[in-house]
Amino acid sequence: MSAMIDIAGLSKWYGATQVLKDCSAAIATAEVVVVCGPSGSGKSTLLKCVNGLEPFQQGRISVDGVSVGDPKTNLPRLRARIGMVFQHFELFPHLSVRRNLTLPQIKVLRRSADEANAKALRLLERVGLSAYADKFPGELSGGQQQRVAIARSLAMDPIAMLFDEPTSALDPEMIQEVLDVMVGLARDGMTMIVVTHEMGFARKVAHRVVFMDKGEIVENAPTADFFENPGSERARLFLSKILQH
Amino acid sequence: MNYHWNWSIFWELSPDGTHTYFATLMLGTAWTLITSACAFTIALVFGSIVGVLRTTPYSWAMRLGSLYVDVFRNVPLLVQMFLWYFVLPELLPQALGDWLKQLSDASFYTAVVALGLYMSARIAEQIRAGILSLPRGQRLASLALGMTLPQAYAYVLLPMTYRILLPPLTSELLNTIKNSAVALTIGLMELTARARAMQEFSFQVFEAFTAATIIYIVINMLVTFAMRMVERRLTIPGYLGFKAPAVGH
Ligand SMILES: Nc1ncnc2c1ncn2[C@@H]1O[C@H](COP(=O)(O)OP(=O)(O)OP(=O)(O)O)[C@@H](O)[C@H]1O
Ligand SMILES: [Mg+2]
Repeated sequence: MSAMIDIAGLSKWYGATQVLKDCSAAIATAEVVVVCGPSGSGKSTLLKCVNGLEPFQQGRISVDGVSVGDPKTNLPRLRARIGMVFQHFELFPHLSVRRNLTLPQIKVLRRSADEANAKALRLLERVGLSAYADKFPGELSGGQQQRVAIARSLAMDPIAMLFDEPTSALDPEMIQEVLDVMVGLARDGMTMIVVTHEMGFARKVAHRVVFMDKGEIVENAPTADFFENPGSERARLFLSKILQH
Repeated sequence: MNYHWNWSIFWELSPDGTHTYFATLMLGTAWTLITSACAFTIALVFGSIVGVLRTTPYSWAMRLGSLYVDVFRNVPLLVQMFLWYFVLPELLPQALGDWLKQLSDASFYTAVVALGLYMSARIAEQIRAGILSLPRGQRLASLALGMTLPQAYAYVLLPMTYRILLPPLTSELLNTIKNSAVALTIGLMELTARARAMQEFSFQVFEAFTAATIIYIVINMLVTFAMRMVERRLTIPGYLGFKAPAVGH
């Protein structure tokens, strides 16, 4: 079976500095992969290459068989099928929660207003925020905003979801509510790449853990192996630091 | 100083034989307002386009945008008025140039274009700064949802930018109104021109310019008030500005 997301020999430079070095990984349909590693190791950059938000110079990435780097690829159409959740939520502050969910459906997927609205309400229900449809993002807590952001991505019926440190800007008491939504998604069979340092989440739902350092994928192992017997010294060091907290 | 004050001069007939001086000042006010409104519309449209160009990922667009701003911002408004009014018709093919020169209200059209483009360069700078002040993630999130770059600008970046920029745009509108007085040099009979005409014929210089000053102040206050109302209408519930972006991303 071919992978949902296939990254092969990916290298990327910002000017003269190389930030991704020959990265390869394959993520199968319904697989959940957690990506971790020290700050500046290239995790965010890797995610942004997957949906073509950042160009790359070498290697290839394909998502559901579509080549991301191919100049002939319709990137907006591909991105519409890949959900992305950001550290700072990035809800559109001038739009109500409902409009945040319906606008992309209407403008990008050309759904009717009624259809988009019905979908929005279903997803708000799923993340437990039906009562907030007509609030504005600024009136919500961080955890609620992030759940809305996840619902906004889900409204596009994505074939895969990318999360870039979705809980690291949240107050501790709000982390769990967001993780719960993500666990639900994983259990429902969503294909997910999650950059996070929430190792509890990784243990619970990740099929594999990818460890990055200095632009390289140092480790790509089944979750249990990664935690019990990390193959590299760098991963061991990172784990001992992060698990102390 | 033995100046002969005469406040009733406003109700005397002006040399045109039909209007009182007061009526001529009102006509001038109307020209000032219509010229400013048209010029500001042009300034907003062109300023937005150029401001957006300067924030796109395309280097040709950025260069084109900054060339535009440099040209229209750095040449004095008066010179630009003269160029559009006196020089442009000579550079065009004869027939077109003649048609331009004979256009009735040519000074009005010229003033609108010259003032509009001059102000558009200033507004382009505001728009550019406004867009760049938004968190980078807003653009990324729009694109990640599958929006094209024009859609991201139209539905996400510009609506926020205009809200943030309402106060500075208000002062650019006030500047446009003040700068419209320069159009008297190409013969537009706007408010300042009417005050000067009144002063020339009646010799009541203080009355004429006191009246003009008061009218400008009233316009200024009305515009400021109206923009406050707009600002209030566009207030976003719960919005306190964007959080400072975290380091390292
Ligand atoms: N737009 C950019 N221009 C130049 N260099 C960049 C840019 N974005 C990221 N970098 C550099 O690329 C490297 C990888 O950055 P990236 O954001 O992918 O790291 P990260 O693993 O996500 O880190 P963090 O845990 O802090 O989020 C860093 O050294 C960073 O300084
Ligand atoms: Mg990052």
